[in-house]
Order: sequence, then C-alpha cells, then structure tokens
Amino acid sequence: MIRLALAFTLFLLAAPAFAISDPNEALPDPKQEARAVAIGEQLRCLVCQNESIEDSGADLARDLRHIVRQQVAAGKTDQQVIDWLVARYGNFVRLRPPFEASTLLLWGSPVLALAGGAAIVLLARRRQGESPPPLSDAERKRLRRLLDT
Amino acid sequence: MTSPDRPRHESAMRRRLLLFGPFAAVLAAGGAFYVMLERETEGRFDPRGVPSMLIGKPVPTFTLPGNPGFASADLRGRPIVVNWFASWCAPCLEEAPVLMDLKRAGVEIWGIAYKDRPDATAAFLAGHGDPYAKRADDQPGRVAIDWGLTGVPETYLIDPAGIVRWRYVGPLTTDAIAGELQPLLRRYA
Repeated sequence: MIRLALAFTLFLLAAPAFAISDPNEALPDPKQEARAVAIGEQLRCLVCQNESIEDSGADLARDLRHIVRQQVAAGKTDQQVIDWLVARYGNFVRLRPPFEASTLLLWGSPVLALAGGAAIVLLARRRQGESPPPLSDAERKRLRRLLDT
Repeated sequence: MTSPDRPRHESAMRRRLLLFGPFAAVLAAGGAFYVMLERETEGRFDPRGVPSMLIGKPVPTFTLPGNPGFASADLRGRPIVVNWFASWCAPCLEEAPVLMDLKRAGVEIWGIAYKDRPDATAAFLAGHGDPYAKRADDQPGRVAIDWGLTGVPETYLIDPAGIVRWRYVGPLTTDAIAGELQPLLRRYA
C-alpha cells in the first residue's frame, strides 16, 4: 500500500514532464523545466499556428522547445528567451501580442464594447424619461374625430 | 406646425435606421469577406502569412556543409535567390519545374536542404532537376531558425551587399516571380 502511494506521488511529481511528448526533452531541474514550460506556452508554433510550442507535435516546435530549454539552462531571463525568438519570427510568435500602436484596437476592443454598451443604456434611459411631445392642432382634431365616431 | 411634428419624424427615422442598419452591417461584412476570399484565391492576401523579420537586414551568419556547402559570407557581390527545400516536401516537388525555369532565365539560385538526408536530397535533385548553383544542407534545422523559417519551401532574395530583400513562403509561382521577384532582381542587379 505504501509502495503504491509512493508510486502515485512520484507520478504526480512527474506531471510537468507530461506537458511534452518526450520526457527526454525535459530539463533535469524541475524548477527550470517549469519555467521553460511557462515560456513555451506563450510561444506560437509556426507550423500549426494555433498551438503553443509546448502543445505542438511539429518538428519545428520540438526544435524551439529545445532552444528555450537550452537558454533557460544557460540562465537567460524569460524576457531574453522570448526576445530571442521575436527577433527571428516577429511578434507573431507570441500568443499574447504586446500592447503597441498596431494592436491598440485589439487590446482596446473590450473597452470600446463596454463604452458602446454604456452609451446605448444611457441613451435608452434618457429617452424613457422624456414625456411625449404635446399633440399638434391637426392631431388633436384627428383624435377628436376618431373618438367621436 | 413643423416644430411639434419633428420628434415624430425623428422616431420614424430611428425606426428605419434600426430596420436597415443591421442589413447594411451584414452587407458590408459580406462585401469585406468577398474581397478577402477574392484576394486569397489571387494570392494577394494570405491570412496565415507571417512577415519576415529579416527583410532589410543582413543574412544571419552561418556556415553549412553540403554540395559544396556555403556560408553567409559567400552571399555577396550579386543578387542571389536562396531556396529552402527538402526531398520529403510535396510542395517542393510542385515548385521544382518553376525553379528550373527561373534558372534557365539566368537567375542564380542557391539551395539549402532542410532536415533532409544528403542522399535523399541528391536523389530528389537527380529526379526532378537541379536548379541550384550551390547547395548546402541544414540537417539539424538550426540555421533555419535563425532565418525565421516556418516551413519548406521558402525563397529569399539576397542583394549584392548580403541584405535580405524578399521572402516568399510556399511553392514559388510564375506570378510571384514575374510580379515580385523580377522587379526586385532588376532593382538590385
């Protein structure tokens, strides 16, 4: 029973290694490996473009995972590793695009949507408060005629 | 007479706007999608296109073995087209005759085989024609990452100063050669 529990605990401890298909790819230091996984999850696989390099089975993604791990082991910061890849593949390699002039609309869209919704609500509120305009003479005459018949 | 009538007129306008506004929006979106599709089939728009970071920059430094192999420093003195390919890549097969035509037109093409066994590369070139003045092999695919390669085939134009001027992703077409590559070759000749 104890042996089983031990095996199960070891299995759980190995969880980070399962993020990639080949356990041989993982760094021996679990702390460094966790950092490499965190970096890799922010990087787009250029072959299957909607997957991160950690999730992708493509050859290029494996090469990039390897490079990320090499650089993490060499003591580079997260930012340095990401910058290294951005220098080669552009901001497209980042799954979370940076906030800059060309992405202003992208990052601003929630704010825009909120402002638009608020404007609609405010306009609707104000319109509800207004009393209807008084009837014109012609309308009053027409109303009387309708009521009389 | 006119002033008390105005609000009613306004609300009729609003109703019309509410009725036709969504129609107009759908029509505009449809038009935009149509233009996108049209351009995609013509090859003028690629939703998966990734701009190369190398344009306007020097070729990344490398030295590769091959037949006879070459280094970044060799890409000097005249415009050279560098084509990344592999024997295992089906679009490269499609591209082969286009590259042979380009060679016949007098353009100097150098090839880099990506993650390919040299014997498989040689067999591929023997079977489908060898358009390359020089060939290098990037078997580990490490130099490819410095180029920002996203797959094969990809084609680059290097100017006489060793600056990357153009990148084309996917099998080279005669349209891309006539419309994009030839004008650049003339400019950097």
